[in-house]
Amino acid sequence: MTKRGYLDMELLRFSTAGSVDDGKSTLIGRLLYDSKSIFEDQLEAVEAASKSRGNEEVNLALLTDGLRAEREQGITIDVAYRYFATPKRKFIIADTPGHIQYTRNMVTGASTADLSIILVDARHGVLEQTVRHSYISSLLGIPHIVVAINKMDLVDFSQEVYDKIVEDYRKMSETLHIKNVVFIPISAKDGDNVVNKSERTPWYKGKALLDYLETVPVGHKTVSDFFRFPVQYVIRPISEKFPDYRGYAGRVSGGIIRPGDRVRVLPSGLESTVKSIDFAGESLDEAYAPESVTIRLNDEIDISRGDTLVKADEKQPHVEQDVTLDVCWLNQTPAQIRKKYIIRQATFETQGMIRSINFRRNINTLEKEQNVSELAMNDIAEITIHTAQSLVFDAYDENKVTGSLIIIDPDTNETVGAGMIKYVE
Amino acid sequence: MDNKTIQHLKELESESIYVLREVAAQFERPVILFSGGKDSIVCTYLAYKAFYPAKIPFPLLHIDTGHNFQETLDYRDALVKKLGLELIVGSVQESIDTGRVKEETGYYASRNKLQITTLLDTIDKYKFDAAIGGARRDEEKARAKERFFSHRDEFGQWNPKNQRPELWNIFNGRKNMGEHFRVFPISNWTEMDVWQYIYQENIPMPSLYFTHEREVFQRDGQWLAALPVIKRKPTEQVVKKLVRCRTIGDITCTGLTESKATTVADIIDEIASTRVTERGGRADDKRSETAMEDRKKAGYF
Repeated sequence: MTKRGYLDMELLRFSTAGSVDDGKSTLIGRLLYDSKSIFEDQLEAVEAASKSRGNEEVNLALLTDGLRAEREQGITIDVAYRYFATPKRKFIIADTPGHIQYTRNMVTGASTADLSIILVDARHGVLEQTVRHSYISSLLGIPHIVVAINKMDLVDFSQEVYDKIVEDYRKMSETLHIKNVVFIPISAKDGDNVVNKSERTPWYKGKALLDYLETVPVGHKTVSDFFRFPVQYVIRPISEKFPDYRGYAGRVSGGIIRPGDRVRVLPSGLESTVKSIDFAGESLDEAYAPESVTIRLNDEIDISRGDTLVKADEKQPHVEQDVTLDVCWLNQTPAQIRKKYIIRQATFETQGMIRSINFRRNINTLEKEQNVSELAMNDIAEITIHTAQSLVFDAYDENKVTGSLIIIDPDTNETVGAGMIKYVE
Repeated sequence: MDNKTIQHLKELESESIYVLREVAAQFERPVILFSGGKDSIVCTYLAYKAFYPAKIPFPLLHIDTGHNFQETLDYRDALVKKLGLELIVGSVQESIDTGRVKEETGYYASRNKLQITTLLDTIDKYKFDAAIGGARRDEEKARAKERFFSHRDEFGQWNPKNQRPELWNIFNGRKNMGEHFRVFPISNWTEMDVWQYIYQENIPMPSLYFTHEREVFQRDGQWLAALPVIKRKPTEQVVKKLVRCRTIGDITCTGLTESKATTVADIIDEIASTRVTERGGRADDKRSETAMEDRKKAGYF
């Protein structure tokens, strides 16, 4: 491979959900090991650590469970990010914990993923935690799901076992809006269908996992086709060379923009046209998601951080103070109705309160629970909030950037809730 | 929408610039921690791009252990001048002289750990509320757990077991007085990404990264510079070798790699075929299994 070959590769971000018992860490270890992404000194360190713990085999989980507390307890507590590349793609793995008490960390890891790998133990089939992991993946709008049916070596690579799990999973997932599910029978321990196709599953016609990860389409389908540009920062050099420069810095979060396009500023509704799109001294012909650029307009109008630029002739986002959303509660202090919180959505910040908890989702059975007055840590619920100033938003399933928000407790400054906005007519 | 895809370097650059702009928008007095290594150079370069044509709205802070390669200091001074930035130097020697820290002794003496006190003192002195660093998650297993916006309490401590959730690209930089944040804009970059980007953007690099002849000696399987700041054991023989730095830190903990790389392209080829991580050459990480986590909890970079 030449240096040229490394430049300009696509990037796929995926998350893995499952617990140590499912073989999740072994799977990641296998992917890294077989794609030659583990280095000698890392392997030596893991071998030494395994030995000093009295483990008989090299414990690949120690590659990802990096914190002292995780190593002591043999569990994953927080998301760990791992990186590897093949000649075809670069990958970012968000290795997330599977235990229910760390759901909030799983949500963190899944929030930026393009694909989610859900591990199922072939001996146990679809369990409560499979339902939970699938639900969270669908809630966060992850476009692709891989159900990796692991430990096939322990069920004699039986097609019957595999088919039964596929059928059960499909039945369960009908209620979730999962768009693209692929099933792969694997043995993470022995490597079957992980990097190379296994001869022990002649009945399986699909791809090995890595092959699938290398070829699944990526693209920024997580944002809509409509131009959205939350203004982050106003660039005003006030220098001799650039006395009048006023540029709006931000990241394109949907659609495409070109010089000359008519834009509207929300929530004010003022309009202008794009004078130029700047990036580090260059003028661009166009910009699209997820590029960070600076936009200059032909008119001097009032625009500051938190405003959103959209195209005047495209579908407009919603501008409202009452917003319904799915929320995952992330903090030990329960969510309280009518308490004042800080709402941060894209680059905008305002105060808000929870008006109502419409229902709580039982994340193991997916049932809706009514008459809930408080939300505890890791609860997922549909709530309606009321904000001090209008939010400019799209539904989360149309645009992950303008459709997501976080809830901050002003007493502790902690991020206590993650919200995915729904649009209810 | 036209079928637009974006390639990995562009995507990483865009993400990092987004993070840097969030820092400028959310904090009163941010600073870039500048070590003179490739990661902090790339961070500074990204900041230059993020705010152009305005100047970078942060000063640079160099924690000077007093054991730096001269090339690092020269590069630092030239860069600061070129970008028209303010440079603040936190001196470990001064921390030693004023009795804030005690110099380690012996063959393995290093000022690496002493930097923590100097760093926290300097952050406190200038009331910095966000310190931007070039740490990457692929470097080390404790760093693999780090958020982009990483909260530090009033003691400068990191609490890895209870980090703030960080969802999507919404960063929460709210804090109480006396607390600060560490921000890592290039969290998602790998060593390879950094070098590819340097290649693509043609960023000038300190000469230490390229092969040069140097007097070195071997300790625990790695080459170290034979300079007065490291006390050699009688058995440690000085030899001349063609080497380069894979990471640049304090002289006492920077392992040198035998190399023939004279250009960035050579370095990329070399990294592609190496079987050892870049921190494999760092003595400071080898002190214990969770050396980095322990130092980070105490306030390290």
